Amino acid sequence: MLYFVEQCLNGIQLGMLLFLLAAGLTLVFGIMDLVNLAHGSLYMLGAYFAATFAVLTGSFVLAVILAIVCSLGAGMVLEIVAIRRLYSRDHLDHVLGTFGLVLFFNELVRLIWGPAGMTLSLPPQMLGAVEILPGVYYPVYRLVIILAALAVAAILYTLVMRTRLGMLIRAGASNREMVGALGINIKLLYTLVFGLGAALAGFAGVMQAPILTVQIGMGENILILALVVIIIGGIGSIRGAFLAAILVGLIDTIGRAFLPDMLRLILSRNAAETLAPALSSMSIYMLTAAILVFRPEGLFPAASK
Amino acid sequence: MTARLDASPEASPRFRLAARATFNIVLIAILALIPLYARLAGDSFVLTLFTRVLILAIGAVSLNLIMGYGGMVSFGHAAYLGIGGYAVGILAKEGVASGFVQWPVAVGAAALFALVIGALSLRTRGVYFIMITLAFAQMIYFVAIGLDRYGGDDGLTIYERSQFGGILDLNNKTLFYYLCLALLVASIYLVSRLINSRFGLVVRGARSNERRMRAIGFPTFRYKLVCFVIAGALCGLAGALLANHTNFISPAMMHWTRSGDLIVTVVLGGPGSLFGPLIGTVTFLLLEEAMSRVTQYPDLILGPILLLVAIYARGGMAGLIGGRGNG
Repeated sequence: MLYFVEQCLNGIQLGMLLFLLAAGLTLVFGIMDLVNLAHGSLYMLGAYFAATFAVLTGSFVLAVILAIVCSLGAGMVLEIVAIRRLYSRDHLDHVLGTFGLVLFFNELVRLIWGPAGMTLSLPPQMLGAVEILPGVYYPVYRLVIILAALAVAAILYTLVMRTRLGMLIRAGASNREMVGALGINIKLLYTLVFGLGAALAGFAGVMQAPILTVQIGMGENILILALVVIIIGGIGSIRGAFLAAILVGLIDTIGRAFLPDMLRLILSRNAAETLAPALSSMSIYMLTAAILVFRPEGLFPAASK
Repeated sequence: MTARLDASPEASPRFRLAARATFNIVLIAILALIPLYARLAGDSFVLTLFTRVLILAIGAVSLNLIMGYGGMVSFGHAAYLGIGGYAVGILAKEGVASGFVQWPVAVGAAALFALVIGALSLRTRGVYFIMITLAFAQMIYFVAIGLDRYGGDDGLTIYERSQFGGILDLNNKTLFYYLCLALLVASIYLVSRLINSRFGLVVRGARSNERRMRAIGFPTFRYKLVCFVIAGALCGLAGALLANHTNFISPAMMHWTRSGDLIVTVVLGGPGSLFGPLIGTVTFLLLEEAMSRVTQYPDLILGPILLLVAIYARGGMAGLIGGRGNG
């Protein structure tokens, strides 16, 4: 039971991380109609920025803040230099162009930081574990991730649903020409939205950096999971992305933790041990395929398209 | 008055068609002369590189059939490459070395998977289609990782190439090269016959306006599914060739980035043009090779080139050579 609670929390933590990535991806997709494979590169950049600034400044918190600011800047520059020119092209050209960006960023990181990975160490006060339920200890840092991501989700929701900027973003999603005709600087708005998405991806990378090694290509596999999340959630829907991210995080983590034991009940020990890892890696994709077969537009299709 | 602003005499449709046909013939002729060059220059690496180009081009041709003509963007096409490869590898490991068994099994298995995947995926549209095909490919990828008997994550070495009972000896590299070239030309011919047939017109019609095609009485789902299965089978053949070429199979053959590479080569070459996939594959693999010879950081140049093609070249490389179309 205690193990189950712990695994659930791990699942929620993975889900929160996926939400940070998926929120940016779904904003850019829903509003600019852009398929951005380079989103994982911004996640990777965020992690590298944080690791570098942690060495330079010696402060974890300062490194996190600087890394987010740099990711925001990197995203806005990227939008102005390259992404802006892709909006008018079709989805296939987006795939080609942003795939080129993925290659470019991986190589750029190799040039600047070298082929070896980096690590980001946590400040001592985040290293321990706290007792969240009687007898259940949980690492502080993972709780920090969950809480920080929840805070970001709340801020994002308020920003999009309750502010003037959010209103413009939503308006831009439903009819970009009309927003432009009403005198809104749509180009600047797009740059801001892309930068916001980049900052969210960078933040996800920063938060993940102390748990995993910071390395080249770290964004690629998680990008696929984030894409799965926005598809399950319905493109352009932040609420959908949030729920789908938690669903995917939980299923992935719990599958990995409990599937071997569950299979052992019905199969021989040997068969269970070979089958379980493959089956638990597949579980998310089976879920995706099943959802799309029955709900071809995702669970929560955005109202405006 | 025509809408084209650049309709100078040189850019007349007739001229463009002639330019494109000439280019394609020259390209095939150069490919046919590669083994000769390799022998004269004593450069066997060129032969290996171009064999790979030809095999991946067959995969790209098959993807172009559904993507360029049918509007079905499959982000899981490398799965069929893997299925074809694993069919050969698994049969070889189990002692069935005959190509007369291996290759039909490879093609058949890929077709069968494509039938199931297509039947489920074609319920969705657009980006959702892209993602559901990816999801299926990921499942097959993880199944391959779970196949402990056949190498699991590490892959499986194939000790003996497919045997064709003394008719063809695939260990002869030059012969294998020409076999791949012949199969590539045959697959381009197959696609050209398909897209210009009544069947192909229905599939292309469904791409531009599916609702209208259904309204005039065509069961578009069935047509698209058959098209998807043909493409899967063709890619399965490419997978069988690839397994014979590298003497090795591994789950990496169907990693999602492989599917991405296939899409990139097709878009780079020009989706919806017959020779586009070949041009795209040649360009992509040669650029990759050339860049890695001149610099330690090849992707620093290759990446921006892809971006520039995406931004500026309508219809990919084939579009640059002679307009967009079916030629």
